Amino acid sequence: MAARGVPAEACVGQVVLPGDVLLLPAHPDEDAERLRLGASAAPRGRLLCGPGLRRSGAGLLVTKCGLLRHRQAGGGAAAGGAFWVDSQQKRYVPVKGDHVIGIVTAKAGDVFKVDVGGSEQASLSYLAFEGATKRNRPNVQVGDLIYGQFLVANKDMEPEMVCIDSSGRASGMGVIGQDGFLFKVSLGLIRNRQDV
Amino acid sequence: MATAEEEEDGGGGGGCCLRPFSCEQGLLSRPDGSAAFIQGDTSVLAGLYGPGEVKGSKELPDQAALEVLLRPKVGLPAVTPRLGRGGGAQREQLIRRTCEAVLLGALHPRTAVTLVLQVLSDIGSLLSCCLNAACLGLLDAGLPLASLFCGVTCALRPDGRLLLDPTARQEQEARAVLTFAIDSADGKVLAATAKGSCSAEELQQCLAAAQRAAATIFRFYRDSLRRKYSKW
Repeated sequence: MAARGVPAEACVGQVVLPGDVLLLPAHPDEDAERLRLGASAAPRGRLLCGPGLRRSGAGLLVTKCGLLRHRQAGGGAAAGGAFWVDSQQKRYVPVKGDHVIGIVTAKAGDVFKVDVGGSEQASLSYLAFEGATKRNRPNVQVGDLIYGQFLVANKDMEPEMVCIDSSGRASGMGVIGQDGFLFKVSLGLIRNRQDV
Repeated sequence: MATAEEEEDGGGGGGCCLRPFSCEQGLLSRPDGSAAFIQGDTSVLAGLYGPGEVKGSKELPDQAALEVLLRPKVGLPAVTPRLGRGGGAQREQLIRRTCEAVLLGALHPRTAVTLVLQVLSDIGSLLSCCLNAACLGLLDAGLPLASLFCGVTCALRPDGRLLLDPTARQEQEARAVLTFAIDSADGKVLAATAKGSCSAEELQQCLAAAQRAAATIFRFYRDSLRRKYSKW
């Protein structure tokens, strides 16, 4: 049966299955009844629940099978940090901030529709390119390859991507040139390459 | 790709033992998730696609639309629920409801998840083999699940004896054949289907035996996934 009530630290680096409940360490400095007045830092015992985990009652419920990973919180905090599950997956689900390569499939008015491999096509506004204005439209045709990042990507809305960063510069994003090849690889390989 | 084998003593589907079973994951390259489950001589191949694009009419605004297709070894897939041997689309609906009970579809609204089950050989306990292959396929595809599930088939002989994981011959001779889908979180029953007649006490006995067998199958899932991720 599923492992119920196992402490989370004991499972780090091991395979966890959906249905396992991991117990979180108790926070000694957390006092729900007392309000703190005065200057106090953000709660240090904040735990981040990453992909593959969901909060449930006293602990974390595992929803994907894979290896449990843990990262200590920065700043020398005793508790906190992040837990997540490293799992193998072939299907991509858009996440905000991810850099992706997409194929332009349609031009609909002021917006391009880009196929990024998810369940829905992402939309890319023609103004989201470096130096683009209403008079100076970017030269993007159907079938072009675009390198961009997600501005909006959640389960309830259509994903939106842009080819400029927050300061308005392209930093490598935009239309990819004509020469070269496009390969489809697994998500694990991409994550390994990004860590390097 | 991982292969794991579990041998149960007293094999052949007799008494309260299961036939030897094995599984393989990630064997197909095109689907997002795939798994093959072999119980004795019965084997089923599962292919999973999703979460992907959904056609307008099938779109659900708050969760993923799950579709299960069960393709028999010979003949065309069933369109309407058939009575008698087989059951046609009823088995597909049972598998679909079991998967929907554990799948966290609310995390992927307006998408479609398609599960295709191909029967490679059917020598008894087909529905439980399909359920096991479906669960391993869901795990291989990386879809979010609230818990795991497994299928166990029970046959009641005319003399009242209980047989787990019956072969096709034992199923034909039995007075009643029951299949249970058991949840991994608390051992609860997600789905149950029965063919034939049995009393309420016998049903409870079958259920208890199935829950004990389910614990073995979940241990096997855990071991085979450990092996799969040990090479990672």
